[in-house]
Amino acid sequence: MTMISHILAANSLITAFAAVGILMWISGAISKYLTFGRIHGSAIAIMLGLVLAFFGGIATGGEKGVADLPALTGIGLMGGAMLRDFAIVATAFEVDVVHARKAGLIGAVALGLGTVVPFILGVFVAAAFGYTDAESLTTIGAGAVTYIVGPVTGAAIGASSPVIALSIATGVFKAVIVMIGTPFVAKMIGLDNPRSAMVFGGLMGTVSGVSGGLAATDRRLVPYGALTATFHTGLGCLVAPSILYFAVRAITGG
Amino acid sequence: MTISGVALLAICTLLGSLLGDLLGVALGVKANVGGVGIAMMFLIAARLWLVRWGLLSRGLNTGVEFWGSFYIPIVVAMAAQQNVVAAAKGGPIVVIAGAGAVAVCFAMVALIGRFSGPVETMDEIEAREALEASVPHFKSGRVG
Repeated sequence: MTMISHILAANSLITAFAAVGILMWISGAISKYLTFGRIHGSAIAIMLGLVLAFFGGIATGGEKGVADLPALTGIGLMGGAMLRDFAIVATAFEVDVVHARKAGLIGAVALGLGTVVPFILGVFVAAAFGYTDAESLTTIGAGAVTYIVGPVTGAAIGASSPVIALSIATGVFKAVIVMIGTPFVAKMIGLDNPRSAMVFGGLMGTVSGVSGGLAATDRRLVPYGALTATFHTGLGCLVAPSILYFAVRAITGG
Repeated sequence: MTISGVALLAICTLLGSLLGDLLGVALGVKANVGGVGIAMMFLIAARLWLVRWGLLSRGLNTGVEFWGSFYIPIVVAMAAQQNVVAAAKGGPIVVIAGAGAVAVCFAMVALIGRFSGPVETMDEIEAREALEASVPHFKSGRVG
């Protein structure tokens, strides 16, 4: 037993790869058999991650979720700011500028609104719950944009870990509602053509939420929605820790 | 070479965070201002440049795409190391902000759709394409 824990601790990053991989297998199975593909495996995996962090935090009394367990310190490195930013930047490689032009003006408008409107809403909700400092307000607002923009913004402007956890949870919750709710409101919001799918992708953000929601509505719409949604995170990571943060700072006077 | 892709990604990420920090200093805040977003723009520009000069090799692609495909697992690891116990005390904020954001965005999809006039639905497009596809087939048939 001590030998196993020694090996796990000595190879912490490798252990983290294995642990996250197993978590993603379980999530994939839950997605397939319990939700019939309605909720993406990735969203379930992130939620499970948050749940594990909760129990890890209770078990160790620490502040870094499961990363406080000696065998799982590698999770801290794997999910730390360094590798996270590295992987997020890499996703930009798949952005096709030629395709981006197809989305055109309406896609750009949707993207802009899809970043600013949820942000403002998130800031107001955070303010209503008693947060007053610009860093927390901005991070929770950014979490309402997507679960990536939240932590990236929080780390960049120096928000606290509980606030970052809140912003991730907000973003994941949003993605899950988009996945489940889209088929029910599709008719009401006119989601039956490529253009509205592109507008939808730009406004909703999260690629997993958009592709999951559209797939349940009409599979043919998925590429159009994903097309604008792929720009959402990049745009959010660009404006949330800069322009939007300064706007919040100017208003709070902090 | 795979390492060229990883190196390109690393250089873009480093440049982005450097510029983000510099911007923070210039603007007088203790923060990295949009570093990740700037790095993404560098990477998009680099890709365009590589494609134009025919330098985008398969190995280079692999190097970057591996890390891109690693993004969700890394986000899962990130979620697993947050201070959720402290965040749980702020519970309802998650539900209200998340649900509110979705509701407002659904409404905006409907509004933009209404204001920008009618367009062909997916069913209409497929019907038209099926019709167009059947026309040349018919001509090349026994007519001539």
